[in-house]
Amino acid sequence: MAAIILFARGLTKHYDGIKAVENVDFDLTAGQIHALIGPNGAGKTTFVSLLSGRITPSAGTIQFDGADITRLPAHSRVARGIAYTFQITSIYANLPVFDNVALAIQRKGSKHLKTDTMAALARVGLDKMADQTAGTLAYGHQRLLEIAMGLSMNPKLLILDEPTQGLANSEIEAFKALIRAVTPQTTVLLIEHNMDVVMDLADQITVLNFGEKLATGTPAEIRANKAVQTAYLGG
Amino acid sequence: MTRALALHLGVIAALFAAQYLLPSYHQTNIARIMVLAVFAMGYNIAFGYTGLLSLGHALFFAAGLYATGLGIELAGLSAAPALLLGLIAGGAIAAATGVLALRTSGVSFMIVTLMFAQTGYLTILYFGTYTRGDEGIVINRAARAIGSLDLSADTPRYFAALTLFAIALLINLMLTRSRLGRSMIAMRENEQRSRMLGYNPFRVKLIALVISGLYAGAAGAAYGVLFGYVGASFATIQYSILPLLYVLLGGAGTTLGPFLGALIMFYLIDISSGYTTAHLFVVGAALLVLVLFAPKGILGTLRERAVKWLP
Repeated sequence: MAAIILFARGLTKHYDGIKAVENVDFDLTAGQIHALIGPNGAGKTTFVSLLSGRITPSAGTIQFDGADITRLPAHSRVARGIAYTFQITSIYANLPVFDNVALAIQRKGSKHLKTDTMAALARVGLDKMADQTAGTLAYGHQRLLEIAMGLSMNPKLLILDEPTQGLANSEIEAFKALIRAVTPQTTVLLIEHNMDVVMDLADQITVLNFGEKLATGTPAEIRANKAVQTAYLGG
Repeated sequence: MTRALALHLGVIAALFAAQYLLPSYHQTNIARIMVLAVFAMGYNIAFGYTGLLSLGHALFFAAGLYATGLGIELAGLSAAPALLLGLIAGGAIAAATGVLALRTSGVSFMIVTLMFAQTGYLTILYFGTYTRGDEGIVINRAARAIGSLDLSADTPRYFAALTLFAIALLINLMLTRSRLGRSMIAMRENEQRSRMLGYNPFRVKLIALVISGLYAGAAGAAYGVLFGYVGASFATIQYSILPLLYVLLGGAGTTLGPFLGALIMFYLIDISSGYTTAHLFVVGAALLVLVLFAPKGILGTLRERAVKWLP
């Protein structure tokens, strides 16, 4: 049960000489929750953008579910089962909450769009607000909607970019329960700054620093890692 | 039956009744407005729903107009197959334009579509031997008939225009409530997000543009048969701007906006030109007022303020 669902070899992204991501090898075990951490500007968002296809790599390869996806456009990767939720909430602010999730669900070819959409909303507790315009939701609810859109696609791999940013503590607890509930059917890769969430949820942690991979391991291993401590504490 | 459907059927019924109430002059006007409204509805599908600001829709209208006109005059087709040819021409030219133009977006898209339309206009002039250039073609009256129905006479013409309008309007309504319609709106609202939900933006936008071209082609084809004239003036920039103005006035992204916009604009020009030769000044002033006080158009504003269910 330790199948690798996604791996990257030598993944690199340079912007005019700036090394945003440099020669990263990365393995993602199916069914696990994998956290990606690192100081600001470490290249975390760039790295997951390479995986989701929002940007194209300067070098390296990515394999997902047994196929090379390095050259595939983002929407084709989504069709293969990679869902991505944005760091800055990127919902359809002018559309009703219902339509936001329905757009995700209809793409999967649902036969009962209305029922399925309401069920997906109920899962994050937004079913009562289905008719509300998404942009008028409270910030925490917008984050939940964003996550609901990702989950609605029933992805094999769900990439979450700072999902708990701006959430209240009670909402974070609900979020953690939600993520635990989707594994192991779904593999989760999350970028997260909240170390409590990371240590609590993650099976594996990868640390990026200056675009390079610093360490990979279990939460306990990462906590004990000298290099990681140095990077974080600047010592 | 939902209230939205009831409203649309009501509008169609009112237009049906208007035929018996209006004097001949206005009857012809409304017939013309309904055909132009179909053109504007097509424009609205691209611009209002999908967010594609095209400045080249005259090309698709002219494609329908000329395919039908030349089909009758040169190939000797009767009206029915010629109309079908016009519909297909509108969609085909939109597809060809879209495949290239949709590689761009925003201002570049506006310029590229404008250039395509300009090329179409110049092509019509270049092949003056067949198209008779600026002078245009008057379609012979005998050919403007479907079976025994003489479409150059007031009453059959009105009903033909109404039939086209009703079909176009109801398809438009269905489209807005369909999954395709929702994914088109998603492109307008947030293209990046849509891509990350697995939609291929190019594909969705191309489909929208082809539907839009089919509407414009159908309107052009009908215009030729119903009013009997096919001329290069319909391929000029003016006919790319007109549907944009209709849609902005009536309300972009509303199903009835294009008709309402066409109706008001038509009569605004009609009435003001009775008083002054500067009737375009009146149009300009009306648009300024619109942009300042109701940037979402009449029905767009109405939907925002009061009638939320308006499709």
